Amino acid sequence: MPTDPVIEVAGVTKTFAGVRALSDVDFTLQRGEIHALVGENGAGKSTLIKVLTGIHTPDAGSITRNGNISTIYQEVNLVPLMSVSANLFLGREPRNRFGLIDRARRDADAAELLRGYGITADVSSPLGTLAVGEQQMVALARAVDAEADVVIMDEPTSSLEPREVETLLGVVRKLHDEGIAIIYVSHRMDELYRICDTVTVLRDGVNVHSGPLKELPRIELVSLMLGRSVKEIERDGTTAFGEDHHADAQPVLEARDLTSTPRINGVNVSIRPGEVVGLAGLLGSGRTETAKAIIGALPLNSGTVLVAGKPVAHTVKAATRAGISMLAEDRKTEGIIPNLSVRENIVLAALPRLSRFGVVSRSKQDRIVDTFVRRLRIKVSSPEQKVAELSGGNQQKVLLARWLCTEPKILLLDEPTRGIDVGAKAEVQALIDELAREGLAVLLISSELDELLDGSDRIVVLRDGAVAGELEGDQLTREHVLNAIAAEVMDDADSL
Amino acid sequence: MTTTLTKSGPTPTKAARTKVLQRQGAAVALVLMVAVSWLVFPRFGSLDNLRDLALQGSFLAIIAIGMTFVIITGGIDLSVGSLYALGGVLAAWGSQYGFLAALALPLVVCGLIGLVNGLLIAKTNMAPFIVTLASLLFARGLLLAITDEGANTYKIDGDSAFVELGRGTVAGFGYPIFVAAVLAVLGGMVLNRTNFGQNVFATGGAEQSAVLLGVPVAKTKVLVYTMSGTLAGLAGALTAAYLQSGVTVIGVGLELDAIAVVVIGGTLLTGGMGTILGTVIGVGLIKVIQNVINQIGTLDSNYQSVVSGVFLLVVVVLQRILRR
Repeated sequence: MPTDPVIEVAGVTKTFAGVRALSDVDFTLQRGEIHALVGENGAGKSTLIKVLTGIHTPDAGSITRNGNISTIYQEVNLVPLMSVSANLFLGREPRNRFGLIDRARRDADAAELLRGYGITADVSSPLGTLAVGEQQMVALARAVDAEADVVIMDEPTSSLEPREVETLLGVVRKLHDEGIAIIYVSHRMDELYRICDTVTVLRDGVNVHSGPLKELPRIELVSLMLGRSVKEIERDGTTAFGEDHHADAQPVLEARDLTSTPRINGVNVSIRPGEVVGLAGLLGSGRTETAKAIIGALPLNSGTVLVAGKPVAHTVKAATRAGISMLAEDRKTEGIIPNLSVRENIVLAALPRLSRFGVVSRSKQDRIVDTFVRRLRIKVSSPEQKVAELSGGNQQKVLLARWLCTEPKILLLDEPTRGIDVGAKAEVQALIDELAREGLAVLLISSELDELLDGSDRIVVLRDGAVAGELEGDQLTREHVLNAIAAEVMDDADSL
Repeated sequence: MTTTLTKSGPTPTKAARTKVLQRQGAAVALVLMVAVSWLVFPRFGSLDNLRDLALQGSFLAIIAIGMTFVIITGGIDLSVGSLYALGGVLAAWGSQYGFLAALALPLVVCGLIGLVNGLLIAKTNMAPFIVTLASLLFARGLLLAITDEGANTYKIDGDSAFVELGRGTVAGFGYPIFVAAVLAVLGGMVLNRTNFGQNVFATGGAEQSAVLLGVPVAKTKVLVYTMSGTLAGLAGALTAAYLQSGVTVIGVGLELDAIAVVVIGGTLLTGGMGTILGTVIGVGLIKVIQNVINQIGTLDSNYQSVVSGVFLLVVVVLQRILRR
């Protein structure tokens, strides 16, 4: 095999505050290959990327770079207030003969460049007005256009719609054909096996495997990531949901005829105690809006929400008091307060209940936080650790704990496992299961069909803001859900 | 799929109209204000009054241009009022050694203090509010020290070329007006048409992203505070030339005026967005208000700032409503 490495890393070790993030890691990237970098959150992927790009200096080891590296990150790292074209050409703007930025040419160049990525939006409008998927594409276009020899993609598809994923994978292949080496970080097995040549698996900061991907069976790969044997995984499966919950009681939540034009139109959902109801549908079908409508965060044209048979006023405050809690989709902007400690983040929503005359009992707080940290298996050095220092999966658990300590009867979960690794995902799934068994009513929104099918007792399928079907028992199969989502968009739905 | 996002709005004319109002809320307010004042106060529209208005505004405008850059990076510069006074005193003291000394001394000293502000903010990650608050006190103290607590007022020789810089006119319009105009045009060009300007926006818009995009964030911050200090020194020097002396008691609270006009002009206090034109309009607005209050004449001077405070609030609230 001819070797022409663009990046060669030997024996790199990096320690943060006494915690070893990378331990004697070797890593080689050959020119023109697509190299999958996988591992659970906290396995050291991000640290390795930051070492590669020079943001972190390793404590020990050597790095050889034979080319320019561009990185695109999971969260779009562009400037939302600046125009699309300004973002695209920041630092290398086209100039006119006076040395000033030629804005007309910048816009024209940007429009032409982006057309190749399937984006036709107005390039002079602020980047923030574009959909997240489009922003990601702009970031990619920028990275590629900067004449990189290596493009590092950190979870590039985690916030994309299926159609956008296809476009992105197409672009990745195009780059590959142009001889650009790519490091592709993703949790999505399908994508990895479709496009990657080689794989490196990190676990607890150690490189546990490097080699061609095609020769490695999926189950072996998962086993390497989790450090569990293939047998265990075959027995337990890769999702951690248990058996269905049998609930015959009266519904604790009934949402009737929720309408908020133009997003949702006459949606009915009911959940019994101990039941997990899945909400399926494509992006934009009104899943998040339905959840927001239930908790009172979306202005309604009509519709009522009943908790235990009693109507609830359409405000977040009333809904929360009635026992509804919602875990929002975007934990960065709608939930986690990164600079506060794990304890402070957890007790935030329960403070009114924990305080007397405005004074919050610290011992009560500690007791509650302790309970949840143990129960949800949140990995923290101490409850006083800043949430920002936790991995995505653990941040999600902190949020879950926050809502659980308000003792809700109904829990609305919007994409609870998005962007967290396989292991943490399984834990969150197991938790949802456990909570339902204890009598909580759960509404589960997920783009991952397997997660919905395994986790739900019943699935409500939404299409264009209306209920397109309700599936139960034997009907809980991939095929049925896809059929309900709509025949004419089957192609998209298949790659959910 | 060739339609763009902007074309898909339901009623394009209405959308366009709101857009103009949103962007140019301050400009609309200024036009209305000027029109009403013109009709109500006959003396408002006189050439003399307008010249005076422009001259008064030019000193604030020079400072506010620097402040616009600082605020777009997401920072704040509280030291400009003190630097303005210090610049004036240094210019007056320097004028005994000739034109060049009178002009260069305030620019260099105030620029250096700005540089130190910038270095502290960029390299140690201290809050701009604290750092520039410290230099506000520092500069004011330095000023009092070199004037024996204000007992010494340095005079500028009335025949010197330096005084001409402050008092000279073209068609009755004072030189400082032209200085401010040139700086405003230059500032707008730097902000929108140079890489440095783009870095300023990126730094304030999303600092972490800017770092990852390769923007020299630290260098950008150092530059904007240096600029802000230098411009405050220049405004002070021009004021000294105009007054023919280095007055020690001026510039108290001027930093707040500068911040106010920048924000009225539509620059986001949180950074990432703003224009020099907006700032100039903001200066116009605040000066017209003050001028009108003077025209009324019967208003107790203490109530002048009450009125202008209320008015500013109204303008900002209106902008907020229009932006929805």
